[in-house]
Amino acid sequence: MKLRGTVHKYGADVNTDVIIPARYLNTYDAEELARHCMEDIDRDFVARVRPGDFIVASTNFGSGSSREHAPLAIKACGVSCVIAQSFARIFFRNSVNIGLPLLECAAAVEGTDHGDTLEVDLTSGEIHNISKDRAYTANSYPEFMMGIIRAGGLVEYTRRQLKEQGKQGT
Amino acid sequence: MGTIAEQILASHSDSQSLKPGDLINVRVDVVLSNDITAPPAIAEMKKLGVTRVFDPSKVVMLPDHFCPAKDIKSAEQAKQMRDFAQEQGLVYFEVGRLGIEHILLPEQGLVLPGQVVVGGDSHTCTYGALGAFATGMGQTDIAVAMATGEIWMKVPPTIKLSYHGALPLWISGKDLILWTIGDIGVDGALYCAMEFGGEAIEELPMSGRFTMANMAIEAGAKAGIFCVDGKTRQYVKEHGDRPYTEFLPQADAEYWKTIEYDVSKLEPQIAFPHLPSNTRPVSQATHIELEQVVIGSCTNGRLEDLRVAAALLKGKQVHPSLRCIVVPGSQRVYLDALREGLIETFVLAGAAVSTPTCGPCCGGHMGILAAGERCLSTTNRNFVGRMGSPQAEVYLASPAVAAASAICGRIASPQEVTQ
Repeated sequence: MKLRGTVHKYGADVNTDVIIPARYLNTYDAEELARHCMEDIDRDFVARVRPGDFIVASTNFGSGSSREHAPLAIKACGVSCVIAQSFARIFFRNSVNIGLPLLECAAAVEGTDHGDTLEVDLTSGEIHNISKDRAYTANSYPEFMMGIIRAGGLVEYTRRQLKEQGKQGT
Repeated sequence: MGTIAEQILASHSDSQSLKPGDLINVRVDVVLSNDITAPPAIAEMKKLGVTRVFDPSKVVMLPDHFCPAKDIKSAEQAKQMRDFAQEQGLVYFEVGRLGIEHILLPEQGLVLPGQVVVGGDSHTCTYGALGAFATGMGQTDIAVAMATGEIWMKVPPTIKLSYHGALPLWISGKDLILWTIGDIGVDGALYCAMEFGGEAIEELPMSGRFTMANMAIEAGAKAGIFCVDGKTRQYVKEHGDRPYTEFLPQADAEYWKTIEYDVSKLEPQIAFPHLPSNTRPVSQATHIELEQVVIGSCTNGRLEDLRVAAALLKGKQVHPSLRCIVVPGSQRVYLDALREGLIETFVLAGAAVSTPTCGPCCGGHMGILAAGERCLSTTNRNFVGRMGSPQAEVYLASPAVAAASAICGRIASPQEVTQ
């Protein structure tokens, strides 16, 4: 699956409180959350972002709280993939679980500027910076996690497993 | 075999021995969620086609973040959780009987050493103070754990942190953990288990250990764990007194990293905006003027924390330039503080005392900051916008520093108000 879009670039330690401030967590409606995504550090992000765009960031992206509202808000903004040097643990799980693709690739982050156009192949992990004509390959996921991603998230993955085991699930 | 984390995870999985990086299915002893994370977790569980939780006695829900409900939407979320908890017969606590989750669960004896606890809240790692493996997860993971009693985990590498020397006056668990995060950074323990030990830790009361384990997540850790000792056993005996298993690190335990600290000359620590790792000793912060001080939260809302703050505030006044807000961490903490006269001390000093709530810590309610305001708080995060306006500043510190600062109207060392 190939993705194409524009880069919105950020630094290190972009935390869940700035991705979606807790004052908006009196709802878990993804569209409503998306309206406030990143507003405390980038007020224009929501107006600027287009479907397919990428967030590219340095280390420890998504640090802080366990709120799954953070990847939900990013996904509902239309962001197709987050590329970072490293991700915080809970954010990584949450993103895999809800089907927001993440790629870890330090070289691509270093070689990419705000506003660049990228083309990303999620299957191979190839990141092509069209603006600068450079190519990178991201770290691959363990096979177990690919299973969750292929199923479209943890709920569908578990539902299928429960069905196989003849437990619950329809 | 192995570190504390590896042994607990092995005892809760089908594997006899584990090594870091192994992907395993773990049986959970407690699944926790709150008014923010329970409603979406319930919705996800329904999508699984599962109608009953795996064991209602092991699923805990309580509204602590926006409680008592701050607006209609928060009330609706709390109601969704309450209805589900009643229908399923879960362990549930209502306003008037509750506390901040990570203070309440150990206090009620709901968490024991050797257990695996997953919670829809990143500070679930607090229970590592009891020698449990406890970690925060998102609502989809919580949904699966509630439905099946199991969740997948990657076995984390363990960092061993040893604290040597005698604890100086006014140095608390908060200072130790802020100092540690300042040293290793907000991703210094990313994906790892932190195992805390050393003679300074043996001296530390349980309240200080809860504070340290609570902030393991602020270094990116999956868990922060303490060895069970006499203090742990005494705490468990006084809170529930149920049987449990102790896991101690084995001689063959392999650590990813070992870090040694000498605490004997440590000064109280302040985390400057906007990261918990941006720490400086209090002597370099006394020029910072404040509009608000908050004493409370899952990090520092325990009775011992309130005792320290009240001892400093007794017979003194909160500086007229600031607001001081005290939030007891649970109804029991509130009642004990009342009986000990601490609440009277706070009120006479000119501090506001709140019902137990996460409230101001996450910028929910009960003490939101305006643009340009500066707050010193005993909470755990000082990110941009964390306690209100993105133009506000939050400084993190211990209850002792918070009380001294409330008296001085600026960041102050406890020594300044006791001399």
